[in-house]
Amino acid sequence: MPAIELHGLTKRFGPINAVDGLDLVVDEGICLGLLGPNGAGKSTTMKMLTGQAIPDSGEIRVLGFELPQDAKQARAEMGVVPQLDNLDIDVTVEENLAVFARLYRVADVGAAVDRTLEIARLTDRRKDAVDKLSGGMRRRLLLARGLVHEPKLLLLDEPTVGLDPQIRTELWSLIDGLRSRGTTILMSTHYIEEAERLADEVAVVAAGKVIARGTPAELITEHAGQRTAEVYGPPDRLTEIRGEVEEAGLRVRAAGPAIAIVAAETAPPGLIPEEAVHRAGSLEDVFVMLTGEEAE
Amino acid sequence: MRPIRRLEPAVILAVMGREMANFRTFWKSTVFTSTFEPVVYLLAFGLGLGTTLVADVDGVEYVQFVGTGLVATAVVFSSALPAMFGTFVKERFQRTYDAILAAPVDVEELVTAEMLWIGLRAAVFGCFPLLVTMFFGLDPEPTMLLVPVFAFVTALAFAAFGITVAASVAKIDQFNYVTTLVITPLFLVAGTFFPIEQLPHGLQVLAQFNPLYQLVELVRGACFGLDPVDALRFAGLLTLALVMWRLAINRMTKRLII
Repeated sequence: MPAIELHGLTKRFGPINAVDGLDLVVDEGICLGLLGPNGAGKSTTMKMLTGQAIPDSGEIRVLGFELPQDAKQARAEMGVVPQLDNLDIDVTVEENLAVFARLYRVADVGAAVDRTLEIARLTDRRKDAVDKLSGGMRRRLLLARGLVHEPKLLLLDEPTVGLDPQIRTELWSLIDGLRSRGTTILMSTHYIEEAERLADEVAVVAAGKVIARGTPAELITEHAGQRTAEVYGPPDRLTEIRGEVEEAGLRVRAAGPAIAIVAAETAPPGLIPEEAVHRAGSLEDVFVMLTGEEAE
Repeated sequence: MRPIRRLEPAVILAVMGREMANFRTFWKSTVFTSTFEPVVYLLAFGLGLGTTLVADVDGVEYVQFVGTGLVATAVVFSSALPAMFGTFVKERFQRTYDAILAAPVDVEELVTAEMLWIGLRAAVFGCFPLLVTMFFGLDPEPTMLLVPVFAFVTALAFAAFGITVAASVAKIDQFNYVTTLVITPLFLVAGTFFPIEQLPHGLQVLAQFNPLYQLVELVRGACFGLDPVDALRFAGLLTLALVMWRLAINRMTKRLII
């Protein structure tokens, strides 16, 4: 039984189709990265998985429960880590965890608190109020709070948005640890590197739909190519090269100050300028080619 | 698998537990205000007016008349206002309800728990004016043990009212309209500082629909002698609390489930 099954999901907000016919199946035990630009419908999809948003049409099955009607049962077995920090800041670290252990009807609250403090490496800060913690610690606590009841499924909504690189790496190793223990994870992100590092499979979302799905390697083969050639130079020259390469049927995207020619291995000899820097095709190439958005 | 029912006591207690954990960090200021405010009112009105202009109302010493009336004041200010501001802040700014509703808790349980917590607090704070008035000569009566019950039920109604308001406004400054147009008139025309019999007939009739007036009457009944009609007053407050409870759940569901 898949952990999550979504069929033809739609959700409108006034004139905006936030989610527009989304299909997604997440098998048990994998970490699936929902990769898409801001506004692609990732957060709305997450909200529908917990019954906090009701779809206009479509089917949702989470851990075998039909949503929205059985959302409460489904929520009992899943952990949710929100994008925005909503910890109780005046209350201690351990009380934040204990409150949620009780909300999830955990039998042994004390043991659950100890275990999650360990995961978040906050055991020595357990008696401190949350507002005394650093940004990274708060983020780890937020993650730990979603684990008090040992959920089968974990929803991570942009888990490292707005964090500095060191804290991000720290959090990644934490999430990686959960993944290797077999927790099914659905993680929305708009960071390519995050999806590359953590996700077994990636679903690229744009305009409320899944537009591509596969392992990072599969996606790269299918939507980019083996090699990407990056050409740097003055804008006029780049425009000229871009014209020639596109005329030959190759795909080109802007890459900051450069242009990137994807699937460069398919180019006829002599087409790609000699000064081009060749590298392996990447998930970033896939993302930009599919969504037309500059990657973060 | 564990069956999941509506209004699970364990869940309601857990949500109240969250409130309690937070309350422990700011209880001192709240208790200070709740004790000090009736003292100020008693000194200003009870002693100021009481010793100069009014000696007694229907045989009750004015300071005791005001002191017993202030129970309703304490109840409304420790229920409607915290419910309005607390709910709005938790919903909009702290995103607390997003976190709670991601757990196996539904809006009905959330609203019920918030109301019960505010009701319990207000039941305690509602007794403070009475305790203070005892220092001004109010004699303890066994029926006074009913005061926290009366206060609790009234506070539930006002907590639900506050939650309903918070779930209905777009911006927090709109609360000003509610305090000025609803809370203040209810508080002033509740018979706390003067008997409503002194008001024009039309206002007297309207005052019957003021839950705070009914609470004031019940508290004075508990202090100076209950009356059969008080059962009716209590039933009225209970009905109001029930109706407001469902309304609050309805408004909060619209606000929280998109």
